[in-house]
Amino acid sequence: MADKKDTIPATLTDEQRRKVLLGMAAAPALMVPGVSFGNAQFPTAKVNTTKLAVTDTEVIVGQLHSATGTMAISETGSIQAEQLAIDQINAMGGILGRKIKVIKEDGASDWPTFAEKSKKLLVNDRVACVFGCWTSASRKAVLPVFEKENGLLYYPTFYEGLEQSKNVIYTGQEATQQIIWGLDWAAKEKSAKTYFLVGSDYIWPRTSMKIARKHIETVGKLGKVVGEEYYPLGHTNFNSLINKIKVAKPDVIFVTVVGGSNVAFYKQLKAAGITGAKQFLLTLSVTEDEMLGVGGENFAGFYSSMKYFQTLDNPNNKAFVEAFKKAYGPKSVIGDVTQAGYLGPWLWKAAVEKAGSFDVDKVVAASPGIELKTAPEGYVKVHENHHLWSKARIAQGQPDGTFKVVAESADLIEPNPFPKGYQ
Amino acid sequence: MSFDEIYNIALMQGFAGLSLFSVLLLMGLGLAIIFGQMGVINMAHGEFMTIGAYTIFLFSSLTETYAPGLMQAYFPVAIVFAFLIAFGFGWLTEWALIRHLYKRPLDTLLATWGLSLGMQQVFRSTFGPKEVSPTLPDWLMGSWAPSEGLDIPINGLFVLALTALVTGGVLLALYKSRWGLRVRATVANRPMANATGINTKRTDRLTFAIGCGIAGVAGAAFTTIGSTGPTSGSLYIVDAFLVVTFGGAASLLGTVASAFGIAQTQSISEFFLTGSMAKVLTLLLIVTILMIRPQGLFASKIRR
Amino acid sequence: MDAFKNWVARSGMGSILILALLIMVVFPLTMDIFRLNLVGKYLTYAFVAVGLVMLWGYGGILSLGQGVFFGLGGYMMAMFLKLEASDPEATKIQSTPGIPDFMDWNQLTELPIWWQPFHSFSFTVLAVVAVPMILAFIVSFAMFKRRVGGVYFAIITQAVALILTVLIIGQQGYTGGVNGITDLKTLMGWDIRDDSSKYVLYFVNAGLLIGVILLCRWIQMSKLGTLLLAMRDKEDRVRFSGYDVSMFKVFAFVLAAGISAIGGAMFTLQVGFMSPSFVGIVPSIEMVIFAAVGGRMSLVGAVYGALLVNFGKTYFSESAPDLWLFLMAALFIGVVLAFPNGLAGLYESHVKPWLSRRKSSPPAPSMEAPASSAHTPKTAPESSLPKGVQGQSA
Repeated sequence: MADKKDTIPATLTDEQRRKVLLGMAAAPALMVPGVSFGNAQFPTAKVNTTKLAVTDTEVIVGQLHSATGTMAISETGSIQAEQLAIDQINAMGGILGRKIKVIKEDGASDWPTFAEKSKKLLVNDRVACVFGCWTSASRKAVLPVFEKENGLLYYPTFYEGLEQSKNVIYTGQEATQQIIWGLDWAAKEKSAKTYFLVGSDYIWPRTSMKIARKHIETVGKLGKVVGEEYYPLGHTNFNSLINKIKVAKPDVIFVTVVGGSNVAFYKQLKAAGITGAKQFLLTLSVTEDEMLGVGGENFAGFYSSMKYFQTLDNPNNKAFVEAFKKAYGPKSVIGDVTQAGYLGPWLWKAAVEKAGSFDVDKVVAASPGIELKTAPEGYVKVHENHHLWSKARIAQGQPDGTFKVVAESADLIEPNPFPKGYQ
Repeated sequence: MSFDEIYNIALMQGFAGLSLFSVLLLMGLGLAIIFGQMGVINMAHGEFMTIGAYTIFLFSSLTETYAPGLMQAYFPVAIVFAFLIAFGFGWLTEWALIRHLYKRPLDTLLATWGLSLGMQQVFRSTFGPKEVSPTLPDWLMGSWAPSEGLDIPINGLFVLALTALVTGGVLLALYKSRWGLRVRATVANRPMANATGINTKRTDRLTFAIGCGIAGVAGAAFTTIGSTGPTSGSLYIVDAFLVVTFGGAASLLGTVASAFGIAQTQSISEFFLTGSMAKVLTLLLIVTILMIRPQGLFASKIRR
Repeated sequence: MDAFKNWVARSGMGSILILALLIMVVFPLTMDIFRLNLVGKYLTYAFVAVGLVMLWGYGGILSLGQGVFFGLGGYMMAMFLKLEASDPEATKIQSTPGIPDFMDWNQLTELPIWWQPFHSFSFTVLAVVAVPMILAFIVSFAMFKRRVGGVYFAIITQAVALILTVLIIGQQGYTGGVNGITDLKTLMGWDIRDDSSKYVLYFVNAGLLIGVILLCRWIQMSKLGTLLLAMRDKEDRVRFSGYDVSMFKVFAFVLAAGISAIGGAMFTLQVGFMSPSFVGIVPSIEMVIFAAVGGRMSLVGAVYGALLVNFGKTYFSESAPDLWLFLMAALFIGVVLAFPNGLAGLYESHVKPWLSRRKSSPPAPSMEAPASSAHTPKTAPESSLPKGVQGQSA
């Protein structure tokens, strides 16, 4: 593999990358001297031995998100970011001399539809890979299809872990990457001893809270859990919960409430006099996207644990934010998952170029060890277990709806989807 | 834990129940008029609430952009407009759709469900799929703390007051105004009402529109406690129907009582159980009572 | 021969035969396995729609909670398949091997007692039909005895659907929560994910559907069917004639529940998972629209309705997702306002007269095509069936 790296850089230099990110306008200039591989070097017969939709000039990929239904709220950002990355890659000359063409399918927030569409993409369209899914439920629905048809999925959302598939690359964090470092930080910085856990009632919050509780009580010995509560998705009345919190008087409220409930939760917290000035609250479920609905004034002073925030101060991110706003309007915001979605096409590109082939097996084999120095979140690397090494960060919500990063892990945190001692 | 603290928590928990009660009542009120008085099942009721909520959002963004000085004052005006806009759409809906279906209540249900799908898509195309939340005036945020450790949410107080106002207004209108007289006459006996010169068709349209208008007010009020998205309305619709059915369809008093009962059950059980189980318990209780007493808490002579 | 022809015309056998030909011969010959599997999925919804024809079209009872029974049937089948997929060998990575993965994630260390019987296939098959029917009986008996009908019944069934959804999502250690029960592999050692088994399952499904339609048709033509219709139109008169109206209604509801549950079980087998998104209110109402589009009085129409709406959904959500919801909205409103009898009604009022005019042969209606024959003289005189939508039990 090493010899290939000379001719095909798996990643671009920062300089090159920034130029690309500056937008499509700069693109044609890059295309000419750019990395033109020429198909003589990569004949279709050689790079595609498994009858994928790859021609001499084109490679077809799938994109499978909910453009309609309740999840459209969250998935829109991922759709946009993936498209942006693909446009930028095409502007650079594509992959192995081939332009990427996208077939977009709508999962319509309905899990069987996801399964149906993923099958269509893999069986009928023979796409080389798929960028898609958001909720765990949709991923669980398509997983058997991807494993059976040997497809390749790039999944952008931070999720509960407990999964590792040959056919999936997880570009978001699994639960431990988001939780453990954040809790340790809370315990150290705020000398927190008592924790109150609140979540929406489904698998991700429950698994996250399980890990959090184990870490607080046994593994990390941080203190004790004084309450653990779950509410149905879409629940909008949290007054009784808030009273329970007032009874328990925890040092930390640890939150994984999602969707519309999120907004109601923070509004009612504020109305009940629990504000960032008086109470320490750490959440795993508020990104810039959620902030639009929650409103900066309701979240001000609370903390969020993610790997990426739009306000991250590094050159990669500046270029990314600029390109994103140029493409989708100055008012658009970029949350953690949106950034993770953006990584997908770039990681795939690097893996394909390393493998010198579009064949799923070869791309999968080439994936571990792939690095991306140009990621907006900084530097990421694909782990043997198909998750990403990435940093953990804590940011504080500001009244204007942005986040101020207050802490960052020194090293990359190893992904560990099956954490020992946390089961 | 001292006695004072327990006392405060009990007070706040009592208020939590009260505030859920006002939310449920406000949701159910418009429906109680439409369903109870006219026998029409409006599955798009939630979407009329959403209209109200988006009206507030629109006003808040407009005020923020063009007249930031008026931020403290826009809210009441916006509520009035929420009523008027929802009222107007209700009027249109009755004319275009509902009036053709008075004899087929189950079909109204399907048609209005269709309407709700269409409206959701309109919201999505107009305001985008993301949830929005209007900027509230400062006086609506935060809490009122009469003593140390006791925080009464101001938005809760506001919704409570608004609910009292609307309920009082509806009761007054129904029992003291010409419109109320006509509605009650029509409910009691349509042919007779017609014979005495009441334009029952017109009464129906006005009743429907008023019900929708109240839904708009409800939606406007909910922006103070939750968010607004294209599908927000569908979150409320089942609860709203249960409140009305549980209370006994044609009785406004029943709606009030049932909203109170459901709210207290849910709020108290939420304090002692998990949120999901509290919801299941409350629903099971309602269904069981309805199975034993299908006419609801307060039965009254309804048009059959 | 004439007698036979008359019987065919009267019983609607012709239209059922055409449907059978279409789904058993034409579809399998013209479609690849991917499309055929989709059709198979749609046909499982058709079970619910057929049940609704009996319940709503004939019984006059609208249930907005049929997803409950569809879901129960599907879940029980999924429980059996999940247990089979979770043998200790396949789940050795878990802290407790041998139990379904989602239980392990939720710190369960042994199989709950009520999961145990689902190790047995015969028990599962029995339970798939029986449990929903028992639930339907409990729900409906109390209410129909107290003469709850129409709108109230619809709202209560909605509440039941909501309760079940919240329960399933909330008790995820036992049910798989919002993800549902996924990753199902084999049925008694037979891989249900293979193309060949998909074919087999498709034919089993189609055969069951035709069987169910025949059963319903038989009920419709019996005295029971006549009574159901009579009851729908003039409940009090039937009651005054000495019949126990409530028990007929209970029967219709229980029947529809059983039929829906079969559909649910077949759904799980063909799609390979089950999730709470089929239990709730929205899918339940969508299933009503399948029946309404096909024609609420027509068993065969219900199948066409389910197929048509779902094909439309797949097609439009690919090409114009925004348009799809508007179209769906228009479909709901249009069917109710303009075509209360759906496709079957259109056929009866337009295509059929046109056909007979073209043939210009004497009255003997020798051909019956895709539309039901709800309006045959025996079941009810045309005049007593004004549009088939009136008199929804006062």
